[in-house]
Amino acid sequence: MKITVENLTQKYGSHTVLDEVSFTTESGKVTALLGPNGSGKSTLIKTIADILPPAGGRILVNDRDIAEVSKSERAKMIGYVPQYFHYTSFTSVLDTVLIGRRPYMSWSVSDEDLEAVDAALSTMHIEDLADRYVNELSGGQRQRVFIARALAQNPEFFLFDEPTSSLDLRHQLETLSVMQDVVHKNNSGMIAALHDLNLALRYADQVVLVKEGTIYADGKPEDVLTADAVRDVYGVESEVVEKETGRFILSYEPSY
Amino acid sequence: MSSPAKNMNKTAGKYHAVRKRKMTVILILAALLVLSMILALGIGSVFIPPGDVLLAIGNALFPALISAPEGAADIVLNFRMPRILLAVLTGVALAAAGAVMQGLLRNPLVSPFTLGLSSAASFGAALMIVLGPAVFGAFFAGSVVFLGFEFTTKSLLLILSAFLFGWLSVIIVYMISRVRQTSQAVMVLAGVVIGYLFQAGLLALKYVSNDDALREIVTWMMGGMWGATWQTVCILTPVVLLCFFLIERRAWDLNTLSSGDDVARNLGINVDRFRITGLLIVSFAASACLAFTGIIGFVGLMAPHICRMLIGNDYRYLLPASALMGALILLISDTVARVILAPVEIPVGVIMYVLGGIFFLFLITKGHGRYLS
Repeated sequence: MKITVENLTQKYGSHTVLDEVSFTTESGKVTALLGPNGSGKSTLIKTIADILPPAGGRILVNDRDIAEVSKSERAKMIGYVPQYFHYTSFTSVLDTVLIGRRPYMSWSVSDEDLEAVDAALSTMHIEDLADRYVNELSGGQRQRVFIARALAQNPEFFLFDEPTSSLDLRHQLETLSVMQDVVHKNNSGMIAALHDLNLALRYADQVVLVKEGTIYADGKPEDVLTADAVRDVYGVESEVVEKETGRFILSYEPSY
Repeated sequence: MSSPAKNMNKTAGKYHAVRKRKMTVILILAALLVLSMILALGIGSVFIPPGDVLLAIGNALFPALISAPEGAADIVLNFRMPRILLAVLTGVALAAAGAVMQGLLRNPLVSPFTLGLSSAASFGAALMIVLGPAVFGAFFAGSVVFLGFEFTTKSLLLILSAFLFGWLSVIIVYMISRVRQTSQAVMVLAGVVIGYLFQAGLLALKYVSNDDALREIVTWMMGGMWGATWQTVCILTPVVLLCFFLIERRAWDLNTLSSGDDVARNLGINVDRFRITGLLIVSFAASACLAFTGIIGFVGLMAPHICRMLIGNDYRYLLPASALMGALILLISDTVARVILAPVEIPVGVIMYVLGGIFFLFLITKGHGRYLS
């Protein structure tokens, strides 16, 4: 599957959040969406997820305008994990992950639905939490539950809005590596808004760098993430270092 | 992922075990409700043993097979039955409405009462009592035949007027919550204030109305089941059942909405349209009942929360459980109201205020962190 963002414009009132943004990504690739706070990452993700209608331009799924795809069909194609989670008391982890099956269910739950939930729970290593109430979990456990919900949705494309924001160091790496596995093995697609440049360097196949609602650069992580780009987009002095364990960006002070 | 078959059994096993427990709770509630209805039919100034109650009902259903017990049939079928069915229907409508509102607005403190719908619907009904004869003239006192039943136009206009005002109050609160990203407490506060406004309207109507209308309005303001007749029950039964099944069909959408508007939209739900139609459906059922009972508070808050603690938040099971629980609470309260100070009856609304007030305090203190965010 291929997702094409074409001249996308998005506004909140008179304030332009995204200005004629265009890029393409496809199945089998982890695409990291990078940029400072307020650069329009969340808005871009929400527009692709069909949560916000575009103010201008369009989103193409396999060269088909997403506005022409029915809601139920689109719900099976694109899954979304938000930055902030809503949940209710007295809802078990199992019931929460089952919500991801909404596009496939009318009233009763099929064996296939339960199988998808089971696979999602074990992919995120949270089988043991199935009976627990979501409000009793730690922030990190909860975040993995909501990622499992998107996995149970079984979409061709995943959209993540800062999936690692409330995870500790180990779970950040674990979650991204699990998702990278899913994308590469199942040939799904994934766009993830990230803050951590080093996570992007390690796990992304493509980086889209956003600055004030426009695309600053789009390409391979090592090509896009240079000391100059970090200075221009984030206003931070940094250096790129090569180690045996990989490539890292060490940032040390704000540039003036 | 080492042995998918085994894991599969584990998740499916857990799901089916929990489902069985939920079904058991619903069946127990249904059994308790039937039992309470039989007992309530027997309790009153004349005590009728449960056996005679069953014989009287049996005789009404199969006159050829079962003979009615001496003297009991009239009391059971014509005096007590309509009232008991009205309490059950009202309990079902208010509890289901509360559960649905809590889901639609993602706010555990909302209910027909706390959103001002109870006061607004009562005001609508009272307005029709006072102004109806003048506005509609002879038509107001007339009747229509529908599905073989004869309904007075007055009762139909009462329902319509109660619904319009009840719906209005809910939409006002909903709009307030949309204009600014208000907190859960502010939404309830807006509902309480709108409730006050309509209660002021009720007081004004009370002041200007004549003797007959006055007596009817005073009854409304206290909330009671005195208005029960077979005709009332025949109007309300299809309304409540239809609304219940319409909303039960959307149970998965209610579950999905608990994950937030954005996730619900991504999962294919037209969130704004669902919220408006859902509120419309439950407001209709609740207002229709309130048009005959007057202000009954807190059932829509108590029943869903007790059921959440018992069986969790899956609306497919939560809705029927809440409906049964609401019917049970209101029926028992009304029966207590009938007999506790016999021969004087106290309005069931009074009992609900006391019970519900205590429950509400529990929610906002003990429930902190669980219910409020």
